[in-house]
Amino acid sequence: MNQTSRIANAEVVLQARQLCKRFGAHEVVRSVDLEVHRSEVVCLIGPSGSGKSTLLRCMAFLEEYSAGEIHIEGELLGYVQNGADRRVRASEAQINHVRRNVGMVFQQFNLWPHMSALGNVTEALLRVRRLKPDEARRRGLAMLDKVGLAAKADAYPGQMSGGQQQRVAIARALAMEPHIMLFDEPTSALDPELVGEVLQVMKDLAREGMTMVVVTHEMGFAAQVADTVMFLDQGAVVARGTPREIFQGNPSPRLQQFLQNYLDRNAFWQQERELKEGAA
Amino acid sequence: MSFEPGIITERLVEIGQGLAITVGAWAGGVVIGMAIGLLIAVLQIFCGAWVRGLLRFYIELIRGTPFLVQLFLLYYGGPAFGLELEPLSAGVIGLGIYGSVYFAEIFRAGFMSVPRGHLEAAACLGMTRLQTIARIQLPQMLVIIVPALVNLVIILSKETAVLSIVTVPELTFVLTGIGSETFAFVETLLVLCVSYLALTELTSRLGLRFERRVGRFMLHRAS
Repeated sequence: MNQTSRIANAEVVLQARQLCKRFGAHEVVRSVDLEVHRSEVVCLIGPSGSGKSTLLRCMAFLEEYSAGEIHIEGELLGYVQNGADRRVRASEAQINHVRRNVGMVFQQFNLWPHMSALGNVTEALLRVRRLKPDEARRRGLAMLDKVGLAAKADAYPGQMSGGQQQRVAIARALAMEPHIMLFDEPTSALDPELVGEVLQVMKDLAREGMTMVVVTHEMGFAAQVADTVMFLDQGAVVARGTPREIFQGNPSPRLQQFLQNYLDRNAFWQQERELKEGAA
Repeated sequence: MSFEPGIITERLVEIGQGLAITVGAWAGGVVIGMAIGLLIAVLQIFCGAWVRGLLRFYIELIRGTPFLVQLFLLYYGGPAFGLELEPLSAGVIGLGIYGSVYFAEIFRAGFMSVPRGHLEAAACLGMTRLQTIARIQLPQMLVIIVPALVNLVIILSKETAVLSIVTVPELTFVLTGIGSETFAFVETLLVLCVSYLALTELTSRLGLRFERRVGRFMLHRAS
């Protein structure tokens, strides 16, 4: 059984149906359907303003979606059904309950600057999971070790490079043992030479079978790691398929135009070469 | 008119008691004011438009009227509403209410200073809004608001002088009393000024130390 069909047969971790998000009269996400299976890596690509980040933020309920549904492992996210076609926003506790298995990584890292790296990782273990301090510390150090930063446990975010901060942020999310990880342009705020170390951590995660949804401008990463690539434009899914179908197929004019921008930057071809070398 | 320090040294005990009452009323007012102020700022985060509107009204009302008049109304007008207070209690409560709206605005500005992303990260990890306030927002905003807090605490130290109008025997009351008994206005007012100066100087020094303490993690900033 090949990779694609194995994932298609795996259970659905996250499902979005007819998802819409409006800001006033402006429709940012339009009727998006999306299924993420266990161990699948989905990359969302598209020009800025295409709604890919908003779509991702809806999956963590950082945005209230206007219509449609998101189910995480079968549970409706963010709302409580109240009659046949009425719903109200769920309580904080209910939202947190459905979201408990979702990890989120942000473009701006969002580490808490007044806590050390270890403090950032253990905070939710102590306050939310209510682990004992030595147990939280043990797990926190293990997570920092996983992203290669055990030596930085006592460093504050302001003392670390952007790449290190983002790896701590990934460790912080992983410590809660999520079933699915959401990444919102995790390398967009980084200096070019720091992008690689973060992508490497994400590749390792994918290899271990983590279910991931990644909003990214790193076409090389999408080509190499994704099982499914979705191209969004003006809030709608314009194309979806395997990386091969998206990057080597017969693209729509809009997708072609979008990818052309990356050809100019050479990033795509470089990764393509690596892909072919890997296959050969 | 001659300068007679003797008038002061003869009544040092009385003056000392006045100073003690000033410091006590000041501390009491600061504690009450900070508590109410923090409560207002937190309620503004949690509550709907109705409660927020009510809190805004309270803030504008207190901020827009003189402390002297507020204290007068509390002490002399209170009994008409069944609120009979000792002069000192009225003074401390009045000072607390007066300070609370300024504390509330400082805390509100502090809460807004913490980037939204830091709160989103906490929410995604399952932390409650209250945990986020206590663990993420308050420690971070302290660095930013400590100078404003110290400033307000210093202002309130001098506002305690207003308590003399409701006969609280604090420093200003005692010294102006001595002044009008002995006509030694220069000596008494000089002592008064030096006393308040000493208090505010001490406060600002302690404030600076506290600022450095809570700002430790900021010193680690790379850039």
